[in-house]
Amino acid sequence: MNWQAVYAMYSFEMARFFRTITQSFVSPVISTSLYFVVFGSAIGSRIQEVDGVSYGAFIVPGLIMLTVMTQALSNASFGIYFPKFIGTIYELLSAPVNFIEIVIGYVGAAATKSMFIGLVILGTSALFVDLKIQAPLAMLAFLVLTCLSFSLMGFIIGIWAGNFEQLQLVPLLVVTPLVFLGGSFYSISMLPPFWQTVTLFNPVVYLISGFRWSFFGIADVPIGISLLAISAFTVICIGIIWWIFKTGWRIRS
Amino acid sequence: MKGSVMTAMVSIDAVGKSYASGFEALKGVSLDIHQGEILALLGPNGAGKTTLISCICGISRPTRGVITVGGHDVIDDFRAARRLVGLVPQEINLEPFEKVMNSVRLSRGLFGKPRNDAFLEKVLKRLSLWDKRNARISELSGGMKRRVLIAKALSHEPRVLFLDEPTAGVDVELRRDMWDIVAQLKADGVTIILTTHYIEEAEAIADRVGVINKGELLLVEEKAALMNRMGRKELRIELSEPVAAIPEGLSDYNLRLEDDGLTLVYPYDVRKERTGITRLISDFGAAGLLLRDISTRQNSLEDIFVGLVKEQDGDAA
Repeated sequence: MNWQAVYAMYSFEMARFFRTITQSFVSPVISTSLYFVVFGSAIGSRIQEVDGVSYGAFIVPGLIMLTVMTQALSNASFGIYFPKFIGTIYELLSAPVNFIEIVIGYVGAAATKSMFIGLVILGTSALFVDLKIQAPLAMLAFLVLTCLSFSLMGFIIGIWAGNFEQLQLVPLLVVTPLVFLGGSFYSISMLPPFWQTVTLFNPVVYLISGFRWSFFGIADVPIGISLLAISAFTVICIGIIWWIFKTGWRIRS
Repeated sequence: MKGSVMTAMVSIDAVGKSYASGFEALKGVSLDIHQGEILALLGPNGAGKTTLISCICGISRPTRGVITVGGHDVIDDFRAARRLVGLVPQEINLEPFEKVMNSVRLSRGLFGKPRNDAFLEKVLKRLSLWDKRNARISELSGGMKRRVLIAKALSHEPRVLFLDEPTAGVDVELRRDMWDIVAQLKADGVTIILTTHYIEEAEAIADRVGVINKGELLLVEEKAALMNRMGRKELRIELSEPVAAIPEGLSDYNLRLEDDGLTLVYPYDVRKERTGITRLISDFGAAGLLLRDISTRQNSLEDIFVGLVKEQDGDAA
């Protein structure tokens, strides 16, 4: 392993994050605060408790997941698309690094950034609502796995994208709807039975449900299935990336 | 020949590259590049120069053939091979918002070298970039950006340096600087391969010259030998009195009349055992011409290059 190269890629990507600190850090904090003002106070005060949890607290795990997923996706996809776009990818391709090292460097950085943002939102939330985390280790595990798997998926999108429009396409048309409809702001038990069944085909439901379980001990689906789902998703993403580098698809002519 | 006893730093054996469209960018190129030499690859646009370099550096995969760098196969043993290679690409591919020093540090790290700012300082100073180390790349001029590309390539102490059109679109001063840097690197024992459109560049700095066209290597020769072997020369004879036509006694010589009849030009081939000059001069006397001055002119590499490429294009037609 060329750990020196992994470190170089990782720290270079992290430097981009800190250089654009307003964009990468302040904007998620502001948007989270707005969610709390709107959902937590304005609307939330008129909503009853969900499964014994105040609505303001109930949406915290969903909000964190929502932000973490979109941030991991956009950071990772942009991180690898940008070198392709401006041509600096030549350096990666001609360097003595293999795909595992590139993925650890780029995906690792994107996952770290989104993890960081997730923790910041958790901290911001604590200012608005009373939070108790029932299973902190499980909470961290879900957070890490989500950051990782969505960064892997973002990496795939970044490699696949041929222009900026395509870069936005998957997050906008696929991921955002799945996240919003995945129970970020509601329990799926609130839905009519038919839609409950449909929702079970949404993979994001398992992530949000598991994450919420680690906070409040309540879940839409069994925690074991949640863990299995996120692990399977991670493995599938790794498999696709392995194939991309093996064939040189969209990167090496 | 001197070259053949040297060790091959880069060995290219029957390398071909074709694309899904059926286009054949390289048609079985074989070439040994010796340690410590400067090889210039000349060729028109689309000849396959960049493709060849990309195959050696790992950016493209050759469809067939074998390439080794320092004895390491560029595919099976890519780490060892690539560690030896620095690449200065043709396009200015740099992250615009990054600072010069960070960009150079990244390159060094990517090639597995531990951080060494003292060494990078030397590299940046050599390229007159040290004052700009904390400048963002977007703030630099085109010439400076090109220097950054070179600094990135040198940051990991390569033993083989590829310069793809290093002086395309740069001013005269920078071009001279670039040649000086190349000369210094050669003195350090670095093997240098450069592609260029500028024949004068090859003429000025290369030890050997390869001519590539339509994916085929037409020839590789020591520069001096090439110019000697293929160089046609012209003998220019200035007359004291102009002549209206070439005198009859000289009609066998394929002479050309220039300067309103004041100069007779005799093209000849230095490779031939007899150039015919002695007989020509004595025939001049016999024809009653008075000579004022005699000079010779050697064809430049450019003439040779244009001749070769035309010849190949003619064959294809």
